[in-house]
Amino acid sequence: MAKVDWPSKDKRTHLGKRISRIDGPLKTTGTAKYSYDINRPKMLWAKLVTSPYAKAEVSSIDTSAAEALPGVKAVWKEEQNKNMQYVGQIIAAVAAETEEIATEAAHLVKVQYNIQDAAVSDTDASLSKDKPTLKEGGKVDEAFADSNSITHSGTYGIPVISHCCLEPHGQVTEVKDDELYVWPSTQNVSRYTDRLGDSVGIPQNKIHVDCQHMGGGFGSKFEYDKWGVIGGLLAKQSGRPIKLMLDRDLELMIAGNRPSAYAKIKVAATKDGTLTALDAEVWGTGGNGGYNPPPVPYVFTKIPNTKLVGKGIRTNRGGQRAWRAPNHPQGCFLTMSALEDTAAALKMDALEFFLKNVHLTDRPDVYTEELNIAAELIGYKQKAHLRGQGGGDGPVKRGLGMSIHTCGGMGHPSECEVTINPDGSVLTRIGSQDLGVGTRTSLDIVVAETLGLPLKAVTVELGKNSYPQSGASGGSTTIGGISVSSRKAATAALNDLLEKVAARANTTADNLEARDGWIRQIDKPDNKMAWKEACALLGPTPIVQRGKSVPGESQKEKLIDAGVGGVQMADVSVDIETGIVTINEMVAVQDCGLIVNLKTAESQVFGALIMGITYSLFEEAVYDHKTGRMLNADMEFYRLAGIHDVGNLKVHMMTTDRHESRGVIGLGEPPVISPGAAIANAVANACGVRVPQLPLTPDRVIAALYEGGKVA
Amino acid sequence: MKSFEYAAPKNIKEATALLSDNWGESEILAGGTDLVTCLKQQIATPKRVVSLRNISDLRGIKADSKAVRIGAMTTLEDFASNKDVQKHFPSLATAAKNIASPQILSRGSVGGDLCQRPRCWYYRNGFGLLGKNGDTSQIKEGDNRYHAIFGTDSSALFVNPSSLGPALIALGATLKAEGPNGKKREIPAAEFFSVPKSDKDREYALKANEILTEISVPISGLKNATYEIRHRQGLDWPYVTASVAYGEKNGNISDARVVLGHVAATPWLAASAGKALNNSALNEDAAAKCAEAAVEGAKPLSRNGYKVQLAKTAVKRALLAARAA
Repeated sequence: MAKVDWPSKDKRTHLGKRISRIDGPLKTTGTAKYSYDINRPKMLWAKLVTSPYAKAEVSSIDTSAAEALPGVKAVWKEEQNKNMQYVGQIIAAVAAETEEIATEAAHLVKVQYNIQDAAVSDTDASLSKDKPTLKEGGKVDEAFADSNSITHSGTYGIPVISHCCLEPHGQVTEVKDDELYVWPSTQNVSRYTDRLGDSVGIPQNKIHVDCQHMGGGFGSKFEYDKWGVIGGLLAKQSGRPIKLMLDRDLELMIAGNRPSAYAKIKVAATKDGTLTALDAEVWGTGGNGGYNPPPVPYVFTKIPNTKLVGKGIRTNRGGQRAWRAPNHPQGCFLTMSALEDTAAALKMDALEFFLKNVHLTDRPDVYTEELNIAAELIGYKQKAHLRGQGGGDGPVKRGLGMSIHTCGGMGHPSECEVTINPDGSVLTRIGSQDLGVGTRTSLDIVVAETLGLPLKAVTVELGKNSYPQSGASGGSTTIGGISVSSRKAATAALNDLLEKVAARANTTADNLEARDGWIRQIDKPDNKMAWKEACALLGPTPIVQRGKSVPGESQKEKLIDAGVGGVQMADVSVDIETGIVTINEMVAVQDCGLIVNLKTAESQVFGALIMGITYSLFEEAVYDHKTGRMLNADMEFYRLAGIHDVGNLKVHMMTTDRHESRGVIGLGEPPVISPGAAIANAVANACGVRVPQLPLTPDRVIAALYEGGKVA
Repeated sequence: MKSFEYAAPKNIKEATALLSDNWGESEILAGGTDLVTCLKQQIATPKRVVSLRNISDLRGIKADSKAVRIGAMTTLEDFASNKDVQKHFPSLATAAKNIASPQILSRGSVGGDLCQRPRCWYYRNGFGLLGKNGDTSQIKEGDNRYHAIFGTDSSALFVNPSSLGPALIALGATLKAEGPNGKKREIPAAEFFSVPKSDKDREYALKANEILTEISVPISGLKNATYEIRHRQGLDWPYVTASVAYGEKNGNISDARVVLGHVAATPWLAASAGKALNNSALNEDAAAKCAEAAVEGAKPLSRNGYKVQLAKTAVKRALLAARAA
């Protein structure tokens, strides 16, 4: 019988190799259909009417002029919640024959407001009205009072940014024979319908979800959202399919914000550089809801004396959503910046300082090894210098910075179905989704590996809620979930087939294995039967098997695990006459257990580095403090890095037997955590002053240089 | 987008006849890289859009010994890759290439670059050209990190977005316009840009029924260069640009002109900077002195003091680039 354990290195054909995405050609040729590309017969376009005020009471909504516009077929308006809490809050929607008519009709909806004073500012801790949170360990005051220690204190900040998915939120919805068909962009195919049914008045078992390709989610696409309900209601009202996708401005304002984090941090260390205490006051906003301060200290959680006070500021901004490794990038940036500043205050080399304190983390050995590899890859020995010393003679100063991070990555609950047909073809079905990370390819790899077949022998179908249920893609859980459920399903299906072959070949199933397109006898490999021939033994009945991954059990079976470490280093140049920061190189060293596809794993890290460089150098949701309007709700001033902005990127995945024996661990989030800290530390190292707030734009860099007396 | 009437006349005369006498009632469509966005966001809601696409007289570049003449509808790509432009006016070629977007370079026109509307985020968010909410300036009290540092006593606090304007002024170019009934006039580049006093004014000296037809740049042997400070390597608006042009006699500078971009409601001619440079040799010290003079009189707003430093750097580096050219 085939076993579910992951095969050892010498027995793998596909697993852990560099394999191109099976849907790559579909994407590069534009054949892949995203929600935006779905066009149904007689489809209408819907546009939203939203509040231009950050705080207001809606007193009336008059849709008569919009309804009278030729081409308008359906109108929805908000009847319940008239309390506007942020600009962009949805008030009404119109559906029309063309996008242009819908847009014009949306402008014709007349809304009357009682405008109230709004609050959007989040940079001052005193704006917090909520009860502060407190987390304490050890004796912080005593540690700072110790005359043998040195202390550093600094203020740091990381603003609200948006998810800015290149494919905006939204869906195409159709009602046919009292059943609802929806093509959403979602990270949560299996559970998309959970409460949607009640909201649109169609039973959950009559809702059909189909999401084949996604242009990014990053934690912002778990729910069907208000526009999901509106799409359903407009489809019912008009009897026509409805396309409702957010425009870019709404995408940036209301479809996902990462909470800000500003902090005053005090650090104490012994004179030889061992950390003894860290005291942090952190504040920020997650919009109108509550605020959970990021973990500070981050990773260095064993510093003996720590205190963290968290203060939430409620603002009239779009609500927060989980952003790739929620709270990690903020906690990492705040902590690693303060630590690097402490090293600089001690006139100590940053790498030496990190290595000296690595025992205060949960994974000293992991980080030590990864720090050394990263240092080697970036040429640390040749390039490193103390802060502000040795960055170069001209106006362009060069420097290095580093950061370390951690993350979970335990697989989610998942079920998968594998069918072996009598003609030898194999079908894998799962109610999971491919966010663009290569989930389809990973499923193909696991199933083909298990059955001893080439990749193209297996068809993978996902993205429908009628397929076996699999978890939402959040918290780096997908690869752990789907690799185990598909492995188990394929193994069970194979064992059924081996039983058939064993009966025919006068041996036992235990003495058979599937390799290279053959079913072979283990003790006599020359006794073999081609895959197709073996499947023909099935007669008219295919083998259909389900596999199920329950996280705790799969972890006990060593198929999956949680908890990873990563180290990143940045090599930057700072033009001290212009404040422009340029990335020369970034190095990422990352572990994530057993890697299913080395190529897409590396791609995850490349993508995360680019996303990280973007929030380090460019991204910031800019709000007008008076009107509460987001001023850069476009891709002109909400800047994203282009290919020329990211420098040379080096990715090193840890793939030793030690790492692989842990099983599969998620990778989606961890590599996006460190870039902010690594780049900001490199900038400080280069130009000799700390630029305390991200993004590292010329205004902030020049201000810091002036303050530090370093302007050219 | 509000529905509008669309016309694509075959010659300039027909085109001017289709234009309204009043701003806002009709709009001229050249490459469309700005106007189409304005239409979509209802920043512009004209009754009629007059496209210049069918008027072949407006395209092309001609050069003789005295001047290079550029049709207003010439694409930025054709302009930037023209040999005469590159040979005589590296300042202009650099400014055009710095737009850094293949799409905008191949669609956008030279005339459109000069007539595009400001990118001020208050203007683009519907607060009007001057960014006012009632009598108060949203810009002065709001987020003005990208706004003007010169001329900030006026109520026009946006910055002129033109890439070519500063270099054209430094090079002493002349712009040609044609109004109804074939009425032609010439406008020196230095007088083309204006500071609007109300939302109804434009940022340039054309009348609503006039079309910019040609840009003529004299070949005067001035050394020239443009230096741009922008954040992204790809398409991005610069924080500050500086275009310089100067003559040289026996190693001494004469006739120096320094024009800054993205620092005021018009390209900003830094007259004293030119004077500071004249009659001296161009070296690092002279360039630094000129840069200091260029920012004399700057009055930054609450959040854009850093642009003074950037303006100095841009001037210094533009001068050194011109010297090296």
